[in-house]
Amino acid sequence: MASARRRKPKILEHEYVPEHRVLSIEEARDLLKRLGVSPLQLPKISVNDPVAKALGAKPGDIIEIVRKSPTGGKVVYYRFVAAYGKS
Amino acid sequence: MPLPSRIPFYKETDVIDKIVFGVLSPDEIRKISRVTVVRGELYEADGTPVSGGLRDPNFGAIEPGERCPVCGNTRETCPGHFGRIELAKPVFIPHYTDYLYKLLQATCRVCGRITLPSEKIEKYRMIYRRLRARWPQLAKVFSERVIAEAAQATKCPHCGAQQYKINYVKPFHFYEHRGSEGPVRLSPEEVQDRVSRTQSEIEILGFHPERARPEHMIASVLIVPPVSVRPSITLETGLRSEDDLTHALAEIVRQNEKLRNIMMTNAPQTMIEDNWYVLQELVAGYIDNELPGARRLTHRRKRTLKTLAQRLKGKEGRLRGNLSGKRVNFSARTVISPDPNISINEVGVPLEVAMTLTVPMKVTPYNIEEARRYVLNGPYKWPGAVYVYKADEGRKYSLKYANREELAKKLKPGDIVERHLINGDIVLFNRQPSLHRMSIMGHIVRVMPGKTFRLNLLVCPPYNADFDGDEMNLHVPQLEEAMAEARELMLVEKHILTPRYGGPIIGGRQDYISGGYILTVKTSFFTREEVSQLLAAAGYEGELPEPAILKPGPYWTGKQIASLFFPDDLLFKGKSKTNAGDLSCPDEFCFHDSYIVIRHGRLLEGVLDKKAIGAEEPNNVLHMIALEYGNEAARRLLDSLYKSFIRVLELRGLTMSVHDIDLPEEARRRVEELIKEYKKRVYELYREYREGRLETIPGRTPEESLEIKIMDTLDELRKEVQTLAANYLDPFNDVFIMARTGARGSEVNISQMAAMLGQQSVRGKRIARGFRNRPLAHFKPSDVEPEAWGFIKGSFRDGLSPTEVFFHAAAGREGLVDTAVKTSQSGYMQRRLINALQDLYVYYDGTVRDSWGNIIQFKYGEDGVDPMRTYHGKAVDVDRLIEKARAMRARGGVKVA
Ligand SMILES: [Mg+2]
Ligand SMILES: [Zn+2]
Ligand SMILES: [Zn+2]
Ligand SMILES: [Zn+2]
Repeated sequence: MASARRRKPKILEHEYVPEHRVLSIEEARDLLKRLGVSPLQLPKISVNDPVAKALGAKPGDIIEIVRKSPTGGKVVYYRFVAAYGKS
Repeated sequence: MPLPSRIPFYKETDVIDKIVFGVLSPDEIRKISRVTVVRGELYEADGTPVSGGLRDPNFGAIEPGERCPVCGNTRETCPGHFGRIELAKPVFIPHYTDYLYKLLQATCRVCGRITLPSEKIEKYRMIYRRLRARWPQLAKVFSERVIAEAAQATKCPHCGAQQYKINYVKPFHFYEHRGSEGPVRLSPEEVQDRVSRTQSEIEILGFHPERARPEHMIASVLIVPPVSVRPSITLETGLRSEDDLTHALAEIVRQNEKLRNIMMTNAPQTMIEDNWYVLQELVAGYIDNELPGARRLTHRRKRTLKTLAQRLKGKEGRLRGNLSGKRVNFSARTVISPDPNISINEVGVPLEVAMTLTVPMKVTPYNIEEARRYVLNGPYKWPGAVYVYKADEGRKYSLKYANREELAKKLKPGDIVERHLINGDIVLFNRQPSLHRMSIMGHIVRVMPGKTFRLNLLVCPPYNADFDGDEMNLHVPQLEEAMAEARELMLVEKHILTPRYGGPIIGGRQDYISGGYILTVKTSFFTREEVSQLLAAAGYEGELPEPAILKPGPYWTGKQIASLFFPDDLLFKGKSKTNAGDLSCPDEFCFHDSYIVIRHGRLLEGVLDKKAIGAEEPNNVLHMIALEYGNEAARRLLDSLYKSFIRVLELRGLTMSVHDIDLPEEARRRVEELIKEYKKRVYELYREYREGRLETIPGRTPEESLEIKIMDTLDELRKEVQTLAANYLDPFNDVFIMARTGARGSEVNISQMAAMLGQQSVRGKRIARGFRNRPLAHFKPSDVEPEAWGFIKGSFRDGLSPTEVFFHAAAGREGLVDTAVKTSQSGYMQRRLINALQDLYVYYDGTVRDSWGNIIQFKYGEDGVDPMRTYHGKAVDVDRLIEKARAMRARGGVKVA
């Protein structure tokens, strides 16, 4: 009987899951300043998204996603963690 | 009471701050309306409008010269005024019933409170408010959940009243299941009574407690729009024909008065109910005459009336028909025809069109003489003018009637002359369907005799135009700003490269390709006279180069001619379209002249065909010129060299006859043999199948495997016949030249003409439908002959047998159906994509955002690259850069002018 807390967040290591990372408060502030947007103007991700859960992200966090793209090589994307979505 | 002469209904300085949508209350309707309609008739016997009828003068002035009794304006300025019908009994308004149903379910039938404990209501209220501020979509979902929870209650927590299940049957029936009593219908009156008791807490359910009161969602007073909304038309017979809305309203008024009378005579309850329900149907139909399950309002039992919803809905409705797309002035439409002699930037405009469309021309001290000439010429002599606006008099004169000499004399700077379209004007030219931005481009006017718009052939690809009867639209910008935008942003030459994939979309097709090949192929030599003709067609005015050959006489190559038009340091290397099959070579050491090498602007080897000068062929010579030397350089090339491609065909001639697809006897015999051989293979497959020896394809039944193998075999046969035909035909016959250069047709087409059509298919299968076990009665059931299942061994040259014609037609029809289906489906997809994406744009910081500034992409296309300025998607072509650097060094590192 493995407890949920002890289970390793394996999905983050999966090949098809791009690199996800929760930004620190300073990084988040710099990002918002650089883009000139409020957090709500960023694309969103549900707290209940498996990746957000695996990272332990909380509503209000900003997640940085580094993806591989056929056109742009390494591409950085950001998502604001929102408190909605099916759990 | 004295009426003011004019009540302005808006002030120019007023700014719309916000618009509030809500449901009108009876009191508001009474306040707005100027007349109560009580009579169904429209006119008295003498033709005057009935007072208290649907054409009461208080609805606003409509006749010329009439003064509005309400606002004092004439028809030009009276905005029209609303009226009302006081309904004898309230009725449901369609489209609101769904909201009422929710409310009935979630609130108490006695006290009107939401059937949840008070604490819960307060808690939900807080949650709802927070959600609405941040996640409006989520707030809606939340409301649904609250409704579902409250609907479960069997007893009101506030007053203790028992709650019953409510059932809604579309369109206007609410039933309450009161246990033993069975279902009881709730009349609009009862529903209105119940929902009017609800309190401000219904905001949790998604209602605005003040602006959208649920009791107002049931009509007790019906608002009647002014006559200007439902104008009548007078037919030639002098009879008046009223608008559908007026007809619908008249029926409502008549039924309403009837119901009121019945109620006053204390008639039986069922009679009241019946007439009440008729009124309900009429009101519903007046609002939406296409309600499912409801009766349609008709005109004399025939035509269904077009009522309010029908005016707005659909393609011809107000939104899609009049707001998203509307008819405009200063536009023209006619058939298009080709003109290879004008510039790609131009459009030939018929004189008649040029004398109908006008451009406002502001008179200045510098153009006043020109303006006078236009005025003197008047509307019927080109170039003339149609109207003159005298700024000092503030008046507009029509030159059809005015004294033109006098007007020309008193013309002053500041006046505006609406002159004819003249050469050099900028216009927008469009062909539907407008699928990409190149479907509307700016053209320079060239006025011509004739009745068609003339179009350079090189701009056919972006418009997808041909000349089999296509029509196009032309629009004349009326403001300097619009004209400047058209010239600077929309001009044809600015769209040689497409933003879709970065490649030339304007360029040669068909004869231009064959011509480019004929001109530059190494067997072509031209005399001084021919060279002069070719260069004259291209508008070349420089010196003739040295002839390539001096004995037996001076001869020039086509490559020399083409080289005259390239930029001096143009560098290009690449395969031509002819570099394929037996004539293919990987590099510049090509014996067949099918590898293009251009160095220092000289065409050294290779032919100019589709892969050099063609449209929609990325990374070709034309693309490199447009990309590296600019749109104008590319346009100059298209307007000069390309004309000699056409001219060379006129010198040499390019045509085809049946003899171009004649195969020698030997070839025909070999085709026969091939067919025999492959048919044997097919029989063998059948035998293997019958004997159970046939290898089954994984995931397929034996029958399917057999079918697939037969089709593969016959396809192999087609390929063999194709190579055979290609080998026997003269590669320099005109049909073959067209196929090889990519001008028109392919080897498949040629082999189908010369040798054999091959297997015909419907939905990717051999043709099998028709009779039992055979497609046609001409064959035995379950025939093993491929001919029985749509295999055609005949050719177009020899003609098809009747059964072959049938199979060919069956396969041909599939193509037609496919295109019809595909265009309608992709059209709908296009509409939805445009609606979803139209407000997105690239910010100056490279992000893609919507109109609220929400970020969609952090970098446009993930790489921030504009495809239009790339080498077919690649931002940098390193190989090409190295090649260019080498070439430059070979010339001593200096860019040669
Ligand atoms: Mg056509
Ligand atoms: Zn008025
Ligand atoms: Zn109650
Ligand atoms: Zn070669």
